[in-house]
Amino acid sequence: MEHEAIKVAPSPQGRVEAAPRGPEPPWRRRPLETAGEKLLEWLIRLCGVSAILFVFGIFFFVFREGAGLLFGELDLARFLFTTEWYPTSNSNVRYGVLALIAGTGSVTILAMIIAVPFGLGSAIFLSEFCGQRTKETLKVVIELLAAIPSVVWGFIGISVMNPLIQRVFDVPVGLNVLNGALLLALMSVPIMVSIGEDALKAVPDSHREAALALGSTRWQTIYRVLLPSAKNGLLAAVLLGVGRAVGETMAVLMATGHAINIPHSPFDPVRTLTATIAAELGEASVGSSHYQVLFVIGILLFSITFAVNLAADLVVKGIKKS
Amino acid sequence: MTSTFAETRFGRTRKRNELIAKCVFGLMASLLIAPLLLIVGYLVVEALPLLSWDFLVTNPEGGMRRGGIWSALLGTVYLVTLSLLIAAPVGVLAAVYLNEYAEENWLTRVINLAVVNLAGVPSIVHALFGLGAFVLFAGIGRSILAASLTLAIMTLPVIIASTKEALSSVPRAFREACWNVGATRWQTIRGIVLPNSVSGILTGVILQVSRTAGETAPVMFTGAVFFKRIEAGDPFAYSIWDQCMALSMHLFTITTQVNDAPHALPYATAVVLLGTVLTVNATAIALRVYLRSRKKW
Amino acid sequence: MKRTLLCTLLALSLAAGCKKKEASSEGAAEAKGAKPVTIQNIGSDTMVNLAQAWAEAYSKAHSKISVEVSGGGSGVGIAALINGTADIANASRQLEPAEEEKITKQAGKHPTEHIVGYDGLAIYVHKDNPLDHISIEELSEIYKEGGKINKWSELGVTSIPGAKGDDIVRISRQNNSGTYHYFREHVVGKKNDFKPGSLDMNGSKEVVELVGRTPGAIGYSGLGYATPAVKFIRVSKVKGEPGIVPSIATVLDKTYPIARPMFMYTPGDPPAHVKDYLAWINTDEGQKIVEQTGYVPLPKK
Repeated sequence: MEHEAIKVAPSPQGRVEAAPRGPEPPWRRRPLETAGEKLLEWLIRLCGVSAILFVFGIFFFVFREGAGLLFGELDLARFLFTTEWYPTSNSNVRYGVLALIAGTGSVTILAMIIAVPFGLGSAIFLSEFCGQRTKETLKVVIELLAAIPSVVWGFIGISVMNPLIQRVFDVPVGLNVLNGALLLALMSVPIMVSIGEDALKAVPDSHREAALALGSTRWQTIYRVLLPSAKNGLLAAVLLGVGRAVGETMAVLMATGHAINIPHSPFDPVRTLTATIAAELGEASVGSSHYQVLFVIGILLFSITFAVNLAADLVVKGIKKS
Repeated sequence: MTSTFAETRFGRTRKRNELIAKCVFGLMASLLIAPLLLIVGYLVVEALPLLSWDFLVTNPEGGMRRGGIWSALLGTVYLVTLSLLIAAPVGVLAAVYLNEYAEENWLTRVINLAVVNLAGVPSIVHALFGLGAFVLFAGIGRSILAASLTLAIMTLPVIIASTKEALSSVPRAFREACWNVGATRWQTIRGIVLPNSVSGILTGVILQVSRTAGETAPVMFTGAVFFKRIEAGDPFAYSIWDQCMALSMHLFTITTQVNDAPHALPYATAVVLLGTVLTVNATAIALRVYLRSRKKW
Repeated sequence: MKRTLLCTLLALSLAAGCKKKEASSEGAAEAKGAKPVTIQNIGSDTMVNLAQAWAEAYSKAHSKISVEVSGGGSGVGIAALINGTADIANASRQLEPAEEEKITKQAGKHPTEHIVGYDGLAIYVHKDNPLDHISIEELSEIYKEGGKINKWSELGVTSIPGAKGDDIVRISRQNNSGTYHYFREHVVGKKNDFKPGSLDMNGSKEVVELVGRTPGAIGYSGLGYATPAVKFIRVSKVKGEPGIVPSIATVLDKTYPIARPMFMYTPGDPPAHVKDYLAWINTDEGQKIVEQTGYVPLPKK
């Protein structure tokens, strides 16, 4: 599973400020205890800083491996805007990832088109319409859906969706944008439902009560009061779903047909950025330009997910302010 | 919404809209259950001919076409256990730091941002990092250790985030009560905060089991192999410096490379993987429900 | 304390792991110690089933040796040889001079080439496809960048039952595959590149499976991967000739135009246990496995 839901909705109790130490009778605490506690505090601080070390470590490392090519001979315009990807050519090595970006983009956009209505609709249903028992059951089902590993989704894409799409839509090949998008939608819906539901729950009951007092039905309350006030959290939910879809590797590697192509219809096979790295990384010998260009794609991916996460984070800050 | 007045046409329209809305959203929610049941059902039905206890404890034979999946199952167990043993302590302590000790300054904000971003990194980038940092740079070579470290870094941010959630759900009043009787920060944490957030922490850690078990890309480059012979039924067959087989990788290679395999084989592997993951998740959910019911506040 | 317990467990398991590593590296020379000696065998997906069958049979007979097999493509194996992480690299194509140089630089010795069998590269179409022969020239026009043949009607095939539309659905391999490189060198043309838009599959089996499900498709894969849903077509060197069916016989007598040797590369002169393994592969026992897996064994001396 690529990307677990990070609950970015504000938690009710908030953070804790510095605890007052208070006076301690010196004869009650043994020196070893105090030293032990200081050590523990340092250990805890170390762990906290380790998280930042790791993220910067990853970015630094990926950047370092790709930097040679990125600042050296890579023609950035040709890299980003041509579709010809021939890293192992004997005569004409070309690095153009436009088709790959189109692949990632098309699968993600179609996945969101499918997932957003279902995800937000289910979130609304869970938070406004259903009873406690149904809610618990549905939440369990959704968490189980989120637990299915990405390679199993890929396998489903190849063995189940492929013939199904061929038959239902009467198209030559079933490994295409639609296949990948369906899988990604099923993978990102759980995140959207859980965060969307949190966002709707965070709207104070007073809003609902006020609407009820004015005589509106539940649907009207949702439509006119809740959705506008929760829109930041719902948007954050969608953005996190997008982040997951962009970063998915195995399922799209197996289910999209892996063809270098700018898709003209959802039934065209495509190749995504992540699948390209996964497929070609093993072959590139360390330090070669093929290896470096794959890391440059990694930098590109990292930047896209960073931008999406940053947007989600800023949007949620919008909730905190209001 | 009942009314003491006579029903008007306007009222009827609103009632009808309300019903439509309820049905539409309910349909959307139930359309989530349908794929899950259909897919799991189809996989199980196709896998039935091969599922048995023997399947779990025998090694693959005859070029993966006969026998079971013991070596892959054991490998996955090793990877999951080791990576969680590494990630859980570090993650919990980091969350304790972020929630209890850190001041509200730029460093904390940067760390929080870093944690969220680490969670969003695609698994293939983790694979790149694991390959470059652990396999090559640190010289550990392709091994269970390198793969577990890579997986640990992948699950770390989620453990941190879920632990933070659990910690911050303990009411401030509890902490204040402790300070008032003269406890130090650590005593407060150890005595009151941690015990009360254990359910949330445990759930967060256990839910990562499914993610770790299911990841293919990070282990493919750092320590998983297509085939490796080990003693069937021996739970200590791997050492952490060995490479191993893994269920996720096994499913991938059987689907893409092994021809003439019995039709049920990839389905059976998928079912075992899915079964393990879903069981662990179900346990986590049950645990959470149980612990929450025991909460005294 | 929970955490202390966890830390202690971690430290203990690390220590246990360390001990075992030392045992196996000392045991390399004498095959002593509880753990078997390992041979890292990485590379070609075409050969991975064969390599795995060999590993299994050899390990059964020689319990002190454990051969660990990984796929990923010929390119992956060669890269592993360059990085120093493999003992034997399987390749379904020959080493490029640039790669040879890199291996020499890394290992300090020239890589040694061992031919372990042959494989015919079969051209597969769906079993209901009426086409039954093709020339290398036509294949090139289908697959190469700028090639002129894009539709089945251009090949004289008027209709394929079950196919939607006239477009030829090209199924190919990803560029880490030796099969891909071999096809490029011998069919598409070394200086040319593939036409974009082909479905590039991960493994030899996937190609054949996809062709079997897609009536309008054509693909290339190893001769041993055939299934009842597909059929071979005869391949001729020149257009108009009747063409040869791929089989063990036609590969061995070199009449089938696109057949290739399968290689195993080692850095320099391999250590004794690796040499033994390679020698065993060349015996009748090893070569019988080649035939059983659907490949072409070395001609009998």
